[in-house]
Amino acid sequence: MRYLPLESADRAAMLAKIGAPDIDALFADVPEEARLDGPIHGLPNHASEMAVDAAFRKMARKNSAAADMPFFLGCGAYRHHVPASVDHLIQRGEFLTAYTPYQPEIAQGTLQMLFEFQTQVARLFGTDVANASMYDGSTACWEAIVMARRITKRSRAILSSGLHPHYVSVARTMAHFTRDQLVHSAPDLVAQSDTASLLAAIDDDTSCVVVQYPDILGRIDDMSEIAAKAHAHKALLIAVVTEPVALGALVSPGEMGADIVVGEGQSIGVGLNFGGPYVGLFGCSQKYVRQMPGRLCGETQDAEGKRGYVLTLSTREQHIRREKATSNICTNSGLCALAFSIHMTLLGEKGLRNLASLNHAKAVRAAERLADIPGVDIVNETFFNEFTLRLPVGARDVVRSLADKRILAGVSLGRLYPDEEALTNGLVVAVTETTSDEDVETLAGALTAALEPAREGASA
Amino acid sequence: MARYFTEDHEWIDIEGDHATIGITDYAQEQLGDIVFVEVPESGTVLEKGADAAVVESVKAASDVYAPVSGEILEGNDALADEPALVNTSPEEDGWFFRMSLSDADELEGLMDAKEYKAFVDSL
Amino acid sequence: MSMNNQGRPTRPEHAEGSADTFTGNRALMLEERLIFEIGAIDRTGIDLDEMPDSASRLGGLERNRSIGLAGLSEPETVRHYTRLSRMNYAIDLGLFPLGSCTMKHNPRLNERIARLKGFADIHPLQPVDTVQGALQVIHELGEWLCRLTGMPAVAMSPKAGAHGELCGILAIRSALEARGDAREVILVPESAHGTNPATAAFAGYRVEDIPATPEGRVDLAALEARLGPDVAGVMITNPNTCGLFEPDMKRISDAVHAAGGLVYCDGANFNAIVGRVRPGDLGVDAMHINLHKTFSTPHGGGGPGSGPVVFSEALAPFAPLPFVEKRGDHYALIEEETAEDHHGSSFGRMVAFHGQMGMFTRALAYMMSHGADGLKQVAEDAVLNANYILRSLEDVLDAPFGKSGPCMHEALFSDKGFAEGFSTLDLAKALIDEGYHPMTMYFPLVVHGAMLIEPTETESKAVLDEFIGALRSVVERAKAGDESLHGAPFHAPRRRLDETGAARKPVLVWSEPEQVEAAE
Repeated sequence: MRYLPLESADRAAMLAKIGAPDIDALFADVPEEARLDGPIHGLPNHASEMAVDAAFRKMARKNSAAADMPFFLGCGAYRHHVPASVDHLIQRGEFLTAYTPYQPEIAQGTLQMLFEFQTQVARLFGTDVANASMYDGSTACWEAIVMARRITKRSRAILSSGLHPHYVSVARTMAHFTRDQLVHSAPDLVAQSDTASLLAAIDDDTSCVVVQYPDILGRIDDMSEIAAKAHAHKALLIAVVTEPVALGALVSPGEMGADIVVGEGQSIGVGLNFGGPYVGLFGCSQKYVRQMPGRLCGETQDAEGKRGYVLTLSTREQHIRREKATSNICTNSGLCALAFSIHMTLLGEKGLRNLASLNHAKAVRAAERLADIPGVDIVNETFFNEFTLRLPVGARDVVRSLADKRILAGVSLGRLYPDEEALTNGLVVAVTETTSDEDVETLAGALTAALEPAREGASA
Repeated sequence: MARYFTEDHEWIDIEGDHATIGITDYAQEQLGDIVFVEVPESGTVLEKGADAAVVESVKAASDVYAPVSGEILEGNDALADEPALVNTSPEEDGWFFRMSLSDADELEGLMDAKEYKAFVDSL
Repeated sequence: MSMNNQGRPTRPEHAEGSADTFTGNRALMLEERLIFEIGAIDRTGIDLDEMPDSASRLGGLERNRSIGLAGLSEPETVRHYTRLSRMNYAIDLGLFPLGSCTMKHNPRLNERIARLKGFADIHPLQPVDTVQGALQVIHELGEWLCRLTGMPAVAMSPKAGAHGELCGILAIRSALEARGDAREVILVPESAHGTNPATAAFAGYRVEDIPATPEGRVDLAALEARLGPDVAGVMITNPNTCGLFEPDMKRISDAVHAAGGLVYCDGANFNAIVGRVRPGDLGVDAMHINLHKTFSTPHGGGGPGSGPVVFSEALAPFAPLPFVEKRGDHYALIEEETAEDHHGSSFGRMVAFHGQMGMFTRALAYMMSHGADGLKQVAEDAVLNANYILRSLEDVLDAPFGKSGPCMHEALFSDKGFAEGFSTLDLAKALIDEGYHPMTMYFPLVVHGAMLIEPTETESKAVLDEFIGALRSVVERAKAGDESLHGAPFHAPRRRLDETGAARKPVLVWSEPEQVEAAE
């Protein structure tokens, strides 16, 4: 076994030192009924590196990688170019194989990185502070709702219809058990966001309003009015950002009055990875810092007066506060936070703004091209790098048929909202710097052809 | 003015029907460096034994209980900026909160300074 | 003669004086400032393609104020993070005996596999026909976990151990709700990891402690006495946080079931028994498995983790969405849309998408590399190494449960016998100077000054002998009252850090120095 350094002679010498006749003697506490007669049945024995590698390559080939075809999926996970140096640096053993920085004298690398990450996230979100990461955007969103309940001592959360349906599902699952009340409906396939109905719903029992920016259909709206009304009722505004690149082009949620801003950081540095691991971003106002979930890194000094960093305000956390902790989270997304931070450092403000402009420009041109297809309308007036098309037929079948032609056309709203008849013709299309003009042309051509029968049906 | 002590290492000064509450020198020494204190809002009505305040060191968070029943009159705002007062002046400037005393009988069974010293020595 | 007048000393010379340097660097130990101090907002390490002309569709919400994000060129970036990395201890550098954390070798094959474009470059919402290989990985990993634990079902989506705990507790609550039984209390041993009570509370339960016996085990009699119609279940860690197997586990399960409750097992310590004991044989209803512990996915300085949960027949119907089902040669993904038909009693979704794919590939590669025989050997070597440490140190260090018999994968010691004023912390910091990451300190809470040492199967006998020697030396200094221990570490990138100051006046983000002055 290539991963196990003990030799038979070592094992014998160690058993002798221990005073045990054999290895079974060390498992004496295992009750009779749970003892096995040998290796577990039904599983293969050990395999060579070469054999394992080959088995995985075979499985990997059964998947259609985004790099290999025109690709337009978004809805909470975006394909961006991740610089080669990001992946190189996160594979350094000192980052990859370190533990949570509980011994700060020998973890300054991770701690300083986290301090830089927190600063980057807070600045991007326009919040005073940010934590050292959550699992992902969806769990960060629920944690923000719980935090708002703690702060306001109210349990009625208003969720925008533009919030990612998976994020809504996660909140619904949890709210069922915690007895929180969630106000929510599915989105309408229209250009306007639901700001008006959110404003109408805010009352003195409201703990928070949760708004996604840009929303699930790609629409962008000003949150200032919602913030003002929420604050007038002593409720909080929680902004959710699933595409952080957008904040290179858009006013930050913090500037519009959001009290808590959470997001999915996958876009920057992490990659698609079929949904995980990703990195949850979590920022808020300074005054709420003691109600935050998750780890926080803070600046301090060592015994010689040198600047250094430690995990701090830990009394909020489960290992100290146990059942009274702000959250049960322990392990978070350290390495993905590192990838995010490295990519953000490579971009810098200039690079991020340019990247955002490029995404937007390509998306605008793609939207114009696709809206030219007979029978296809664009739903959005506003968008960043993702917009929603209304097709003349159910989008889900169109997506499947284009996938057979090796085009990954976007996310059908039928997949995200299986019960919403009114959304079945919606197709959400994302365009990033990785999308070429040729890709857009290929999609436009294939979509035109795919909709041909529908048009013929309509004109007949 | 009379000062009483509880087995939870809190001290209570009684002046008329008002009580001032803090934690003892022994308690602050056990807790180590205090980094944060959360005091109750005035107007809060508490039963004897209810959680009233929280005192935190770097690695521990401890609840401070209402030693008597009553209404919170004020919390010590100075502790927000300077939690170290609990370490440097636990039984004077580092007081936690003042409250009204709704039932003077509850003071029965609390310790005086001498009894508390004996109690601490026995730990 | 022809004379070379460039002669220079070729033997070390003795010299008096300070070892301080102008830069603060110490040769290979290089100081590194923050990116905000060395970078600039108009500097970038990324070239982008040419920008096409287009109108703006941002609805008048264009950002006009500066964000304040410093950028670096690529060489500066590589140097910055390489310098930072060298301030970290890591399993790649040496023994990392953190009890309950299972810091074992991370095979690099698994890194390569996770990065194959067929796994790393696929979107979670692609049509299922285009991701059959990914679904196969999830399904096969699930099969391995079920067989290794002897449990019939598995939920793959939980993001880490604590999230897996939440998954298990929500399934328990759903099962009880389904039979109209509103129970309110979860019992947790006082030695449990903090995530256990925090999770039960996060799921809306009230938490009560179960006491431990003097031998470091769950007090079965006290547990049985507390069981009743209000108890939803128990959360037991087995092997427990004292590094001991709970010999009464089956009796605990039977008692809880008889009282109408369900049994959650915290599988954080599964490494001790993987391939040798199946928790399903002990009456467990739900158990999470930290893929980042037992199955070696890298800890990455604090995650990402992955916490699949295996379920008994009783809880399987309540498992969360989504999940993968094999139908002939095809792998189906059951999401909300088909939930009604197939899985109406599921408690719902607990995360966007399908879980930690990048961890699934690594963990499955680890399992396939070891096989059933190798995994059994993993548990045996991990337990052998821990017992070797226990018996090699118990003459100098107090082992509170040393007399209870063998330990499992970790050895527990206390600070009893240290000179007055010397603590576990001093010992831990001195170990740093000896070139080791310290053991877990002050956990579990049931032992004073606890030191929990988990060597894992990764370490050879030679490494263990060297570590034992170093630890004995440090223990002797603590017993002798060697004052210099209070100053340790002396040789790390930083001396002891002021955690009090950090907590009293938290500085959580960097601000420009001018700004600080202006604010004052």
